[in-house]
Amino acid sequence: MQEIFNIFIKSIFIDNMVFAYFLGMCSYLAVSKTVKTSVGLGFAVIFVLGITVPVDYLLNEFVLKPGALVWVDKDFADVDLSFLSFILFIAIIASMVQLVEMIVEKFSPTLYSSLGIFLPLIAVNCAILGGSLFMQEREYQSLAQATSFGLGSGVGWFLAIVGIAAIREKIRYSNVPPALRGLGITFIITGLMGIAFMSFLGIKL
Amino acid sequence: MSTNVKERESMFSAKNMRLIKTPINLSNPITVQVLGICSALAVTAKLMPAIVLSISVLVVMAVSNVVISILRNGIPPRIRIIVQLVVIAAMVILVDQVLKAFLYDVSKQLSVFVGLIITNCIIMGRLEAFAMGNKPWPAFLDGIGNALGYGIILIVVAFFRELLGSGTLLDYQVIPQSIYELGYKNNGLMILPPMALITVGVIIWIQRYYTRDLIEKN
Repeated sequence: MQEIFNIFIKSIFIDNMVFAYFLGMCSYLAVSKTVKTSVGLGFAVIFVLGITVPVDYLLNEFVLKPGALVWVDKDFADVDLSFLSFILFIAIIASMVQLVEMIVEKFSPTLYSSLGIFLPLIAVNCAILGGSLFMQEREYQSLAQATSFGLGSGVGWFLAIVGIAAIREKIRYSNVPPALRGLGITFIITGLMGIAFMSFLGIKL
Repeated sequence: MSTNVKERESMFSAKNMRLIKTPINLSNPITVQVLGICSALAVTAKLMPAIVLSISVLVVMAVSNVVISILRNGIPPRIRIIVQLVVIAAMVILVDQVLKAFLYDVSKQLSVFVGLIITNCIIMGRLEAFAMGNKPWPAFLDGIGNALGYGIILIVVAFFRELLGSGTLLDYQVIPQSIYELGYKNNGLMILPPMALITVGVIIWIQRYYTRDLIEKN
């Protein structure tokens, strides 16, 4: 249980998707103009990461890993399908996003209208595919660990995008050098936020 | 749209050359279009992975642009995203397998970032914006041009980070020992992830200072 909690905290603060690995930067830069929209996108990312990482974990465990197909037949013990992981993960992500969109639309129209166009956009957010690929690379031991990694990464991404959106709303009133306005200053602020987040590196888990 | 380009137009006409030149500066994928940043920054702590990733992106982009451009009239618009993803993913798997076979150490360093070429927005972006509406040859040039613009930023960032951060280039020591004896120290901060963002921020600053048209209105 403690291990699961550690993974959760670690993926929020220490291995933060944005500040430590730069994943999901495209939507992070494009959608962080106001706090309201960035909260919507942030929730959508937590949601999708929390679903796709465990699903891809099961896929990896029972289909892709070397020797994973033993449950079908003993003859498959030395089959290694891991080269297929990119294409299968992205297919799972695209279809899960589609499925999640339909379910949310059916059962919670209010949530659906607040997430709006962000759900379909998430299929090409690198943080999502990155989450699955890191899950595969770090070889988490159980479904619970993979889920807590997925949710934790989502929360970390949420914190990052809401933080930058709040700063960008305020920085509009400052006198930034013309050539640095907009994109340039956003990059530099993100860098500074990253340095701040590095202070969490000292946490021993 | 250049669908009305004359058949006889030479392959290296000024118009086609412009497809290569503008993405390098005026519509640079990273600093102007803000696409494909995700994988760009994480691999730039050393020069070697940056060069390898740039070449991988160049190959994936040129080939998938041509493939999509050839198929463009046969793809039903409703499922085009899936078709594009499949083409890109197939190319990335090829590149990944080649890297694992011939450059194993570098492919370990790149870790998940080879796979992330699939969701690299720049490739999807160019397929959607250019290859779906143009002939294979201009699409090929457009792919090369954008990949070059992407690669140049990657290599410049990696050059400064490796030089200032570890005093080496491509793992060869370039800052002589005598300077270290005078009290020079490597700036360890340059290797850490946040400095990649700040370096790109400074590059954007310099580029926009010289190219006034790109300055954003507040």
